[in-house]
Amino acid sequence: MDYEAVIGLETHVQLKTLSKMWCGCANQYGAEPNTQVCPVCLGMPGVLPVPNEQALRLTALTGYLLHCELPRHVQFDRKNYFYPDVAKNYQLTQLAYPSTVNGHVDFEMQGESKRVRITRAHLEEDVGKSFHFDRQSGVDFNRGGVPLLEIVSEPDITSADMAHAYLNALKDILVYGKISDCDMEKGMVRCDVNVSVRPKGSQTLGAKVEIKNMNSFSGVRRALQYEIPRQLEAISRGESIVQETRRWDDVANMTESMRTKEDAHDYRYFPCPDLVPFEPSDNWFETVREGLVELPMDRKKRFMEQYQLPENDAEVFISDVPLGDYFEKVASHGGNPKALANWVINNLRAQLVEPEVSLDSLRFEPAALVELVELVDTGKISSKIAQSVFTDMFTSGKAPAAIVAEKGLVQVSDTGAIEQFCDQAIEANPGPAEDYRQGKDAALNFLKGQVMKLSRGKANPALVGKVLDQKLRP
Amino acid sequence: MNKDLSFHCLQNQMRQGDLSAQSVLQGCLDRIQAHNSSLNALIHLDAKDAMQQAVQIDQAIQRGDNLENKPLLGIPVAIKDNIAQLDQPMTCASKMLRQFISPYDATVTRALREAGAVLVGRANLDEFAMGSSTETSFHGVSRNPWDKDRIPGGSSGGSAAAVSAAFCLGALGSDTGGSIRQPASYCGCVGLKPSYGRVSRFGLTAFASSLDQIGPLTLKVEDAARMLGVIAGHDPKDSTSVKAPSEDYVSGLGQDIKGMKIGLPSEYFVEGLDPEVRRAIDVAIKTLENLGALICPISLPHTEFAIATYYVICTAEASANLARFDGIRYGHREEGKDPLELYNRTRGSGFGEEVKRRILLGTYVLSSGYYDAYYLRAQKVRTLIRQDFERAFEKVDLMLTPTVPSTAFELGEKASDPLQMYLTDIFTISANLVGNCGISIPCGFSENPRLPIGLQLMGRPFEEQKLLQVAYAYEQATQWKMEPPL
Repeated sequence: MDYEAVIGLETHVQLKTLSKMWCGCANQYGAEPNTQVCPVCLGMPGVLPVPNEQALRLTALTGYLLHCELPRHVQFDRKNYFYPDVAKNYQLTQLAYPSTVNGHVDFEMQGESKRVRITRAHLEEDVGKSFHFDRQSGVDFNRGGVPLLEIVSEPDITSADMAHAYLNALKDILVYGKISDCDMEKGMVRCDVNVSVRPKGSQTLGAKVEIKNMNSFSGVRRALQYEIPRQLEAISRGESIVQETRRWDDVANMTESMRTKEDAHDYRYFPCPDLVPFEPSDNWFETVREGLVELPMDRKKRFMEQYQLPENDAEVFISDVPLGDYFEKVASHGGNPKALANWVINNLRAQLVEPEVSLDSLRFEPAALVELVELVDTGKISSKIAQSVFTDMFTSGKAPAAIVAEKGLVQVSDTGAIEQFCDQAIEANPGPAEDYRQGKDAALNFLKGQVMKLSRGKANPALVGKVLDQKLRP
Repeated sequence: MNKDLSFHCLQNQMRQGDLSAQSVLQGCLDRIQAHNSSLNALIHLDAKDAMQQAVQIDQAIQRGDNLENKPLLGIPVAIKDNIAQLDQPMTCASKMLRQFISPYDATVTRALREAGAVLVGRANLDEFAMGSSTETSFHGVSRNPWDKDRIPGGSSGGSAAAVSAAFCLGALGSDTGGSIRQPASYCGCVGLKPSYGRVSRFGLTAFASSLDQIGPLTLKVEDAARMLGVIAGHDPKDSTSVKAPSEDYVSGLGQDIKGMKIGLPSEYFVEGLDPEVRRAIDVAIKTLENLGALICPISLPHTEFAIATYYVICTAEASANLARFDGIRYGHREEGKDPLELYNRTRGSGFGEEVKRRILLGTYVLSSGYYDAYYLRAQKVRTLIRQDFERAFEKVDLMLTPTVPSTAFELGEKASDPLQMYLTDIFTISANLVGNCGISIPCGFSENPRLPIGLQLMGRPFEEQKLLQVAYAYEQATQWKMEPPL
């Protein structure tokens, strides 16, 4: 029998806010342990949580970017469990009334478009970080109370590769929306996987296994690459899969059982009485929508359609958003978009690697690039000359036409002048001239180069070839 | 003892230079010295720090500083030991926090300081405010100044006893099911529970967050009004504090109460009510009628469910609120081989019996499979009780009831019977479930033994002004002499 995997992901993402979820402590990675803490995030007696509105905004914005519904009544619940890294021994989370529900993420995988539905993206708080030393353990509460978004997918994912592609697409969206920096190394994204297998075409779900402790997207892929065959082999041996939580061991490259359903937590959720329900106005949602950005997939599609750019160019502009934005500024002045894209990608980007150069500090106006391309397209200057004009405008900020006029770089398209240069070249290089006469086509390029040299690059190359040909093979 | 200990009188003398804040405080310290060892009302006293505060106030008066906005200038105030005061202990009368020093001020504590109050000490309470007699305190029971063989009530028993014995002239308490009003009634003082959301809870160690409210205990209604004015108001640190404009609770006092409609809930005047309490209340009703109030019967049909509803909701919330006391970050700790053993040992030895009973009950009612039958059901009944009150308040301005069905009971009398203990809160609990305001004021004495009886008035949510106005009118008309036989 053929089997298929059914995979759902729970992705935790730290939100990019200045302060924590319930207090004014800094939300910043890398400080000395327990230096970004206060009575509130340490769970001292008597303290109360005050919601961080920016975190609620970023959550709502995520909802828009993931095409979710945004309910008008949002509420936090207490999720009760004892663990040393949970200061209050309950975590505040949105169980019953989350900020966003029912969305989806679209992405491409091996040339095919895929959609994973989003069950919900809800807001909660991060917990502290445990450290284990030789004889004792410690908890750093700097991370405790950092706003954390949990994005729960429907079980629409069917392979390890698809899980990987989904996570990358999700990350692109969150980084695009300035919702999270999604820095995996700083623990800003964490992922739990739910996976089961079932006979292909079956509508019922198999026993669900939850896998925890993956700290990279590739870890998720590898965990699934291990776990799916494990389940299939168990079934082929006639065993049944038990519902359980398994831990991914990144070093051993395998999953191992943590706990079964029998010892599952009873979290005793109930609405947090310290917080009033959040019922934002239309106006609040409007101001959140002002933060909406174009999603990577949409941007790529638009660049390919609107500017007729090849896929490669469009991809450069979605991975480097400021460069893409700059290209759009240039293209808004008219001209040939493909040629402009070439200039932006090949010439401009090369200059931007210098530390002192940025798109904001360019000396020339975006329109100058259009002008430069026009000079080439109309035959006023050669592409080669254009390179040096670009270098000049880059350093001096002068307009390309002005540089061309000043330095006398206008391309020579006057047949009389070109004929003179050709005659000189033929006279000085009788060997190659004879070769061409005898039918060696390659010799023409050498002669052309000589003519360009004589004209100091200003001769119209196409015209030079034509004149030489006429003279040698009349 | 000074003849008139009202804030108003003392402050007039202080401002005129006839009396110093230091001498007012010294009077309190002398009484504390003489009687606290037998009453155990205050469980921590920082006399040096208090005197320092008083010295600064006297200096400010002498300098002629502008002290207009200091309604509590020079008034010694005790704070219930579950409300945070910077650098002072906050034990919540529990072994769990017996060495805990607060790293911050509660919003109300800061407000008291800014109003010129002298913070004199920390008042005893039932452990984590769970109890009605202070008998569950880790520091031992407080005694009733009117009869030291009797409890002062609870959970704010230390605050009530301290005010009654004039160890301080005002105290802060917290009221989750009657914890301010019941001890005020037993000790013969004024105890005000503000409407839920009127006073910031930031810095109050939470027992049941949706029911807890901080309020004042004083000897006189006017003083309670003045303290309320200081501690009331929106606090950005407490999302449940309401954005109602701050009110002047004092200037309305003395206004005529003619035509004020006062309802008597029939469900509160039933069997089990002590005949002496009944008699005192009947006399009080006549007094109010003579003052022009219109008395009419009303009904609160769901009253009989209030106690059950209360004990489901408050224990559920408490089970989560007290989870933070785990021995990891602060407070009592007993080591274990793993976190679970550490938790079990720490919490097993750190909490007293009543606290454990409530945590267990609260954990049970929130458990999967029981949530709907208990917690959710209780929330629904809470709504019914609230609707009872809303309907009744359409007809009347205020309600009048006894504060407690009887007078103060003897030490140990109910300690072994939690249900009997819970029943002492039967008349006060609904105000917490509903969120309206309530006050207990003295309305006479039982004869043998001679013990204070309290009268409870309840007002609509955020109508403390009207509540205080009627309480004041009654107080002025009766002038009970509330000086305990110390």
